[in-house]
Amino acid sequence: MRSVRALAAAALLLLPAYDVASAGEPKQGGILRVYHRDSPGSASIHEGATYSINVPFMPVFNNLVMFKQDVAQNSVESIVPDLAESWAWSSDNKKLTFKLRQGVKWHDGKPFTSADVKCTFDMLMGKSQQKFRQNPRKSWYDQVNEVTVNGDFEASFELKRPQPALLSLLASGYTPVYPCHVSPAEMRTKPVGTGPFKFVEFKANESIKLTKNPDYFKKGLPHLDGIEFTIIPNRSTAILGFVSGKFDMTFPTEVSIPLLKDVKAQAPNAVCVVEPVNVSTNIIVNSSSPPFDNIDIRRALALALDRKAFISILFEGQADIGGTMLPAPGGLWAMPKEMLESIPGYGPDINANREEARKLMQKAGYGPDKHLSVKVSTRNIPVYRDPAVILIDQMKNIYIDGELDVVDTAQWFPKVARKDYTLGLNLTGNAVDDPDQSFYENYSCGSERNYTNYCNKEIEKLFDQQSAETDKEKRKKLVWEIDKKLQEDVARPIIFHARQGSCWHPYVKGITIMVNSSYNGYRYEDVWMDK
Amino acid sequence: MFAYIVRRLALMLVTLIGISIIIFVLLRVVPGNIVDILFDAAGFVDPTDKANLEKELGLNLPIYQQYLNWIGGLLHGDLGYSYVSEKPALQEILPRIPITARLAALALLFSASIGIPLGVLSAVHQGSRLDYALRVVSLSGLSLPSFWLGLLILMASVSLFGSMPIYNPNPKTWTEALAIYAVPAMAVGFRSAALTMRITRSSMLEILRQDYIRTARAKGASEASVNYRHALKNAILPVITVIGIEAAFLIGGLIVTETVFNIPGVARFLVEALRWRDYPIVQNLVMLIAVVVVVANFTVDMLYAAIDPRIRYGD
Repeated sequence: MRSVRALAAAALLLLPAYDVASAGEPKQGGILRVYHRDSPGSASIHEGATYSINVPFMPVFNNLVMFKQDVAQNSVESIVPDLAESWAWSSDNKKLTFKLRQGVKWHDGKPFTSADVKCTFDMLMGKSQQKFRQNPRKSWYDQVNEVTVNGDFEASFELKRPQPALLSLLASGYTPVYPCHVSPAEMRTKPVGTGPFKFVEFKANESIKLTKNPDYFKKGLPHLDGIEFTIIPNRSTAILGFVSGKFDMTFPTEVSIPLLKDVKAQAPNAVCVVEPVNVSTNIIVNSSSPPFDNIDIRRALALALDRKAFISILFEGQADIGGTMLPAPGGLWAMPKEMLESIPGYGPDINANREEARKLMQKAGYGPDKHLSVKVSTRNIPVYRDPAVILIDQMKNIYIDGELDVVDTAQWFPKVARKDYTLGLNLTGNAVDDPDQSFYENYSCGSERNYTNYCNKEIEKLFDQQSAETDKEKRKKLVWEIDKKLQEDVARPIIFHARQGSCWHPYVKGITIMVNSSYNGYRYEDVWMDK
Repeated sequence: MFAYIVRRLALMLVTLIGISIIIFVLLRVVPGNIVDILFDAAGFVDPTDKANLEKELGLNLPIYQQYLNWIGGLLHGDLGYSYVSEKPALQEILPRIPITARLAALALLFSASIGIPLGVLSAVHQGSRLDYALRVVSLSGLSLPSFWLGLLILMASVSLFGSMPIYNPNPKTWTEALAIYAVPAMAVGFRSAALTMRITRSSMLEILRQDYIRTARAKGASEASVNYRHALKNAILPVITVIGIEAAFLIGGLIVTETVFNIPGVARFLVEALRWRDYPIVQNLVMLIAVVVVVANFTVDMLYAAIDPRIRYGD
């Protein structure tokens, strides 16, 4: 076994993203008041698939490791110990061993041991008797054979093959360690963790309250006495509440670009940032039935896109163009600009692209006198609906008449799963900026989230190859190659990667908004208030 | 009278049974259930997990069985469990009732205490500048959607006072306590007040032209006595009808107002429960609202007899 990383040293090399937020000696006390955008379905992070759960409940827990909270870009280099003191890969890179902290207690006073680690991951892998009601990230652990323990303070992940990305998956806000002695049902309503804040109450549609954990194992933390989330689904009311000082902070990455202008106008001292959220807006094409079983029509569709128009209309220019992986500088795995622009449809000359698209449409039997009529299905939510309307407008340029088909949220994924759509507009969020999470979930043959049923065995081999590659530079090149191929195959044309705003009052210190994921930065243990 | 009351009570029961069937069936006709929504967030549907969850929640049972289970529970005071919070539905609903009741009562009070006197004033001074001004106010009240008015109030308070009256479960001062209810009550009650004002005005105008009013004036009764003792007493009947109907319609306005002012009452809870297809919450809340509406109508009918001696039921 060889030690791979001296973590503390690496962490020192990383610069905090917002010096303004971390200046001065932290003051103790105060309740951080944040509005929450909606009422989460439960308090159990493992059973949820929305950051509406992570934001209020991540402070209740700890992971084995986590992304350093004051570094905006999540990467392997920014991973620091949490419940683990250290970790090491075996020489064949098939075993990842964690030495665990001793003396850590759950909020109910019971001791934390390696059994809790095993319990958590056995449940996530579907190997334990107790089951989660939902287990949306089971596939993250497909390469884990078994979690073993050696005494009370050592746990190991035995892998089927090397998978360097596992460490990043374990560092996500989506991967807290749960207590063995608390049932999944209780964790949905009264979560027990080891984290800097203890759960106090969750009143659906009203509020979520957390209080300081005085026995937190990280000495001197947290600085705050507590955090209160007031649930305000109405955006206008929420923003007015922030402006009037009722809240210290907006819900993270929830302020749209136009609203941000209002905030800055009414609260000029507020600190506001606009960052990528690693959520792509993309087109899902049902290639199993006409007319999009014809690759020419799919290619024409990809060529018709004017991505800059989407971005300027919806984000006043503040969003990014890229492939599957989040574009640079936020994203770690983005294709170089020249490579991206060499992909059909990504070139700067939109007219030339559309001319080529029209030729492909004519080849398929359509033209000025014979338009193709399709329904563009999407969820009845503005972030889905608005780009769908622009897409319909752009498709007119290549003889496609689109009709908007808005689908109730409850019906959206069942409809997509049934393949009961021709063309759809979808949003895909990535919890971790790592190709393993994105490629396997969205493009591998048979994956539940591979809505288009895209299946390319050659690419699948490349997925595995990059996943097992321990040399980061080599892996990056493989990822670029895969991403390029996915776009050329029109597997799921990516329109843009969104950016969103977050604001807080200047007295709130220690807030860092992550730039390549909106799921991992809410431990709030080092947040404090200068008042 | 007794026979009439018994007949009305029987009719109320039939109405409530009908409503329970309609709401139960309609909820299940709407596409998607809680399980679909839970999986929606996950971005995919796992058929095995879905089937397990449907079984756990009893959604796999035939619809008539689900209905009988619900009604059976209801008769025993068991409202079931919220699918979302996994807490007893009663525990979720009960604390929200006083919040909405306070808001609704204040809104109705505002509506009556503003609408009736202004309606009388407008009628008594028909054709005057005051009448025109009050008619503009009442038309505005009918035209302004309560959510828009609510937002305007919030924006104005932020810009004028630097604070806003959104809900706080533990108000620090009595003025704050009053503001968190009174301001939304005004927002939602403005429309009702406008309607009450118009109905009062037209009803008063009709009464003021009656012979007995002329007689009252001829025998030397003061204007105040004519307007309030003789005219208003007889003009109030349609106003009470309108207030009764408004009480039933208020729930619609409260949904929006509770959302805008972020008040965790029954109305907003109902919308959220509908969004999540939280059947036990929606069914029981709709039944509660139905009971309130039916009882309000019944009370208004009884009030008729108390106010107007000419009305006799069951004769």
